[in-house]
Amino acid sequence: MKLIKKAKKNITIFSFLLPSILAFSIFSVFSISFSFFLSFTDWDILTPFSFMGFENYSNILHSEEFWRVLKNTLYYMVLYIPLIIIFSLIVALLLNVKSKATNIFRTIFFIPVLTSWVAAAMLWRWLLSPYYGPVNAIFQFFGIHGPNWLYDSRWAMPAIVLASLWKDVGYFGLIFLSGLQAIDPSYYEAAEIDGASAIQRFLRITFPLLSPSVFFVLIITSINSFQLFPQVMIMTQGGPFGSTEVFMERIYSYAFKYYEMGYASAYSWILFVFIFLFTVLQWIFQKRWVHYET
Amino acid sequence: MKHKKLIFKLLYYLIMIILSIFMILPLFWMITTSLKESGALTAIPIEWIPKKVSFKSYSKLFTIFPFGKAFINSVVVSLAITFINVFSASMAAYVFAKMPFKGREVLFGIFLSTMMIPGSVTLIPNYLILRNLHLLNSYLGIILPSFFNIFGIFILRQHIRTIPDDFIDAAVMDGASQWKIFFNIIIPLSKPSIATLAVITFMGAWNDYLWPLIVLTDKNKMTLPVALSMLNGQYSTEYNLLMAGALISIIPILIVYAFAQKYFEEGLTAGGIKG
Repeated sequence: MKLIKKAKKNITIFSFLLPSILAFSIFSVFSISFSFFLSFTDWDILTPFSFMGFENYSNILHSEEFWRVLKNTLYYMVLYIPLIIIFSLIVALLLNVKSKATNIFRTIFFIPVLTSWVAAAMLWRWLLSPYYGPVNAIFQFFGIHGPNWLYDSRWAMPAIVLASLWKDVGYFGLIFLSGLQAIDPSYYEAAEIDGASAIQRFLRITFPLLSPSVFFVLIITSINSFQLFPQVMIMTQGGPFGSTEVFMERIYSYAFKYYEMGYASAYSWILFVFIFLFTVLQWIFQKRWVHYET
Repeated sequence: MKHKKLIFKLLYYLIMIILSIFMILPLFWMITTSLKESGALTAIPIEWIPKKVSFKSYSKLFTIFPFGKAFINSVVVSLAITFINVFSASMAAYVFAKMPFKGREVLFGIFLSTMMIPGSVTLIPNYLILRNLHLLNSYLGIILPSFFNIFGIFILRQHIRTIPDDFIDAAVMDGASQWKIFFNIIIPLSKPSIATLAVITFMGAWNDYLWPLIVLTDKNKMTLPVALSMLNGQYSTEYNLLMAGALISIIPILIVYAFAQKYFEEGLTAGGIKG
């Protein structure tokens, strides 16, 4: 009797987990193993594959393209990450000031977060049109001759950064805002009594207490930056002269334009290693600057 | 002192208004562009407000491409993904929160560890799986991977844990089955978390690009982002057309946001979303 009851209980548990477990086994466990296996082959879908050992990996690491892709990605990160953190912090600090229009401002910053990247990237391609776009028209108004943006290999990546900043500032601003609102106001009251200036209050109270949020944003933006995709696909397709070629765009091209499934899989594992190492490094270094309240 | 406060307030509003203009101006340009005739696109100086308002780009959009179909595809796919995702995640979350069994924490740990693996790794094999199952260009194919969503399980588990065990025990005493308890107690009491998860899942599915891009290659099966990216390639200089399409794709999300702002913001700050 007890045994039947137990079996019945286990069947119930299993049936509740069944949809998740099935999809997990196929689209995660099998997929990840299959991708790893593929990365050692030269499979092109149409003809039978043969094993290559580490050839895909070594070909990628020895190609000029790979180092260009890495350089482009790091360039994007060096521009985007500090700027998005600074702007989002500013937006959060401004939205934290109570005013009658706070909710309107909040919505305005949030609209780009809601739009799809495809729509946003098309819009920015048009905004940055060298002759007919409003950005250069505004520059013209101040007597500055604007660059050719997406058609100039020096300006294409900064243009993508600009679009990304516009799209993401509301999201990370909101994350910092919820961090700010969690800070106990009595800290500020005490500091005010002690005569601390606004800058001192920011550096000694706000920033340390906000550092876990900053750390979170740093992790998320790094992971996202390595996987930059729709902006590049819609705005530049990797051009001009490979100046905006990035990992996901390369993986997509190898897999779904040239059907080099093995090579593309190897590329995706190299990307994984970069993301993994970067995240681990940030975890190690966080002890030096992230302050957790006990 | 009062003087200082007033200056501060003026300065605050000035900064906010300038920043808001930066944020809004691109969208304003999107709207006005969609109302222009093709000739006005290359006008110099640029026309901030079209001299002649025309809806031609909208009608053209629907004649050169099955854009209405793409809209419907997006609605069907996003709603299906949202429903399945929430349903499957809440079922699993109920087990992880309330039904102890041997190895439960280990299984949860394994589920969580998949968050480490970027989507780029599973993209190619997942495509190949669908290809072998002949599910490319189908609603079912695009939806299938959503049956597993660790992010959803995680959020809902946190919430279901806070439901008192007494409620469940009392129902068991009355002879209710676990399914009955799930539908009559757990789901109703988890409504706020379910709404949060549903709203952000819907937004993620509505805006998703890479996965639909590789699965849906048939014009009649495409969702809006894929359809837009195709138009972006084919009509790359007809910005009035592109902006009309972009605008149509944004409006439904804005409507959902208007009604569920609180849930959106809760969901998005609860953790990172897929890019």
